[in-house]
Amino acid sequence: MNSAAFVVIAILTLAASLAAASLPKLIHAALSFAVAFIGIAAFFFLLGAEFVGLVQVFVYVGAVAVLIVFTILLTRRDVQDTGKLNWGGAIIAIAVFGGLLWAILKTSALSIAAPQIEALTVKRIGGVLMTDYVWPLQCVGLLLTAALIGALILVMEDRNEG
Amino acid sequence: MIPTLQLFLVVSVTLFSIGLLAALSRRHAIFILIGIELMLAAASLNFIAFWRFGPQPRPPTGVMIAIFSIAIAAAEAVVGLAMVIAVYRHYRTTNVDQFDRLKG
Amino acid sequence: MTRAIVTNLWLIPAAPLAASLIILSLANSRRSAGAVLAIIGQVVALTLSILAFSLTLQPPGFRAVHNFTWFMFGEQGLRIGWVLDPLAAAMLMMIALVGLCIFIFSIGYMADDKNFTRFFAYLSFFSGAMLGVVIANSLLLLFVCWELVGLASYLLIGFWIEKPSAAAAAKKAFITTRIGDMGFFLGILWLYDRSGTLLFYDDGRGCLENAGLIALGASATFVALLIFCGAVGKSGQFPLHVWLPDAMEGPTPVSALIHAATMVAAGVFLVARVYPLFSLGAINGVTPSLSVVVSIGVITALMASLIAIGQFDIKRILAYSTVSQLGLMMVSLGVGGVAAGMMHLIAHGFFKALLFLGAGSVIHGCDQEHDIRKMGGLRRLMPITFLTYAVGMMALSGMPLFFSGGWTKEEILHATAHWPASRLPYYLMLAGIVLTALYMTRQMIYIFSGNRRAASEHAHESAPVMTMPLIVLASCAIVLSVILTPAWPWLHGYLTGESARFDIAVLIQPTLFVSLALVAAGIALGFAIYRKAAETDPLEDAQPALFRFFENKMWLDELYDRTVIAFTQMAARMSDWTDRNVWDGLVRAFGGMGQIFGSFTTNFDERGINAGVDEATTGTRGIGRVMSAWHSGQIQIYLRAVGVSVLLLLVLYAWLT
Repeated sequence: MNSAAFVVIAILTLAASLAAASLPKLIHAALSFAVAFIGIAAFFFLLGAEFVGLVQVFVYVGAVAVLIVFTILLTRRDVQDTGKLNWGGAIIAIAVFGGLLWAILKTSALSIAAPQIEALTVKRIGGVLMTDYVWPLQCVGLLLTAALIGALILVMEDRNEG
Repeated sequence: MIPTLQLFLVVSVTLFSIGLLAALSRRHAIFILIGIELMLAAASLNFIAFWRFGPQPRPPTGVMIAIFSIAIAAAEAVVGLAMVIAVYRHYRTTNVDQFDRLKG
Repeated sequence: MTRAIVTNLWLIPAAPLAASLIILSLANSRRSAGAVLAIIGQVVALTLSILAFSLTLQPPGFRAVHNFTWFMFGEQGLRIGWVLDPLAAAMLMMIALVGLCIFIFSIGYMADDKNFTRFFAYLSFFSGAMLGVVIANSLLLLFVCWELVGLASYLLIGFWIEKPSAAAAAKKAFITTRIGDMGFFLGILWLYDRSGTLLFYDDGRGCLENAGLIALGASATFVALLIFCGAVGKSGQFPLHVWLPDAMEGPTPVSALIHAATMVAAGVFLVARVYPLFSLGAINGVTPSLSVVVSIGVITALMASLIAIGQFDIKRILAYSTVSQLGLMMVSLGVGGVAAGMMHLIAHGFFKALLFLGAGSVIHGCDQEHDIRKMGGLRRLMPITFLTYAVGMMALSGMPLFFSGGWTKEEILHATAHWPASRLPYYLMLAGIVLTALYMTRQMIYIFSGNRRAASEHAHESAPVMTMPLIVLASCAIVLSVILTPAWPWLHGYLTGESARFDIAVLIQPTLFVSLALVAAGIALGFAIYRKAAETDPLEDAQPALFRFFENKMWLDELYDRTVIAFTQMAARMSDWTDRNVWDGLVRAFGGMGQIFGSFTTNFDERGINAGVDEATTGTRGIGRVMSAWHSGQIQIYLRAVGVSVLLLLVLYAWLT
């Protein structure tokens, strides 16, 4: 595993996600969000889960980021007053970060190098999805359908009220 | 420096905390959604990392969970954004501070 | 062949359930499609039941099971399955057939209802859930279906949800039975803890077979009693019978279904199903748990018969008669007459459905009038309803020889008379028989004879779609009397696994004459008292105080209001007080801590960063907003609470390592 690639991707991802979380302008944040997810997808590639990385790019960068941009456009009157951070939340978030980081660094069993693995082919993923995970797959399909219909109903104009 | 499991976990915990920061401290509903998506991505990263560094050979459970979590996160984003739009129509704002109809 | 049927036994409940799902997805305006689908589902279930029933006929004591692993957690797997034995097969036949009659009747009865389609979806669901209870070979599967039956009854009792009384009755039915189910669930847990399996029959390893029973040992009594709690709730036994009469708020076909084929039968069936738990370690056929069953049954049977005498609502009288008949069945199970109890349950299913549908026909003819004092003289106006109702009334009163209820009731008496523990239940049962005949005669006279009164002015006979099921059920009630005759105890042998012999001499028994005399006495007494039935009740004139006592259901509802419900409300008020004073105080204290913390950060802001006055004000305002946010009930506060909880977990982790 290439350590230079790791460092570059880590810096890119974290910087982009920090920007997504803290930039005052929503549209900038949405674009950084897309970059951050490209970075996460790169991590997946680095870890040998290329298929998941591709899915990540398609779903997040292709669909979710675009959705966010659309939502921003639809609710654009509001984009201005977002600058201020809420300090109570920030303190808690930083404290959680510190606590988790301490727990990870303290656990020495985690400092292991990656073993050799055979490549995870799409064929194998497909096989597993259609055998062991066929019920979860169906459930997720149902869930996505329900989410689609639910979202449509939520945003549908209520004509009766005019 | 060879990237160890620990380093991946450090990255993912940082990502998670950034998401938490956005979800906890931003006022705009869309930022909260972005934060939640970041946290979910951090969790997926963890799953994949543990799968990659675990003893081999093993069934690709972590990868499967990551795939499902991506699908579910997408559903969540769709419904969440639809709610943002619906709420915006109703209140003419997306500032969560002003959604306090459930106030005790 | 056998294997294939047993493996696919699940199709029987699945057919009505699938029909229900399809109907639910139809538009509300597709009325005929809904009814047809429901009936198709029920016909499929009936056909398969007949097929299954024919299998169980051949060797005595037939039993076939199909078990499989539902899911694994760790090393342990949870197994469920279905069982086909005479008990299940007889119930399947009864439920499917009676259900079908009720479905067809509903087409006529609910013709004008705007939610016609939904009604059939619920009916199918109800029937499917009950069929599931019957075939379950696992206490867990049984419990799941049992709760589905409860849900269906809730939906159906509250079907006319716009009526507040119907909504309240549905809630009451659901909550009251839930009290019993709590005990049932505890019993299941205890059983699983002891025997390690929830399967009834599993090649000798099931909890009703030797190995499981030995593992249970002395705790079987408690397990049996806890499971009996569930049966008490579902079958409307004292002290949880209060929901059953209120359930009359639902449409009449629903009452018929609840009282005849599904809901209340489930409790009796459950006791019969887990009977080995009750009878474990019996000395001379008596165990503590069985004695409890007998006592509850006797109390219920007598109390309900007395209350029925004081009721004026045609359906309530029938409801209390159901309660009392269920008590009778419980007594029968308790004294060891399992086959007699189940036979009575099956016979009762037919004639009680008949009576309820007859009552539905009467109500339909009298413009939704329920008060028997306002009816009268319907004999000539509704001849078919009158004749079939008379058959049902004779069967319920237990008139022997030609009506099904008579033989089974006599069998129960026979079993009770030979109970070694005490003769008291037997004598009380005899009193109950007189009372049953009395209140049924009273009802018949009020409704069908005498002069026409307010509601019967424009009464008319119902359409064939409603009278046909009545005729079918009435003929079943009579035909069953042939099948149930003790001279050829075929069904008895079928249920117990013994072979039957034809023996006419068995007919001539002292209990036969005793019950014949008592029923005749009850009917004669009824004619004597109610001959001149008018707007007022003769008993009310003679004994007003006693009559009030019965009319008001012995004030049990009021008693529960004063005790159980008052206690619950007090507990609710107490928690409200704690919420307001204790927890609110804590929240305030927390807020105060936040304020101290806030002032600390303000100072830090001012001195550390040396910010200007402007910034300090914004900072203070921001902190003020944070602090006020603690009290605002916004989502981010909840998210923050989650964050704080994670922190606390981390602290705990650090402290432990």
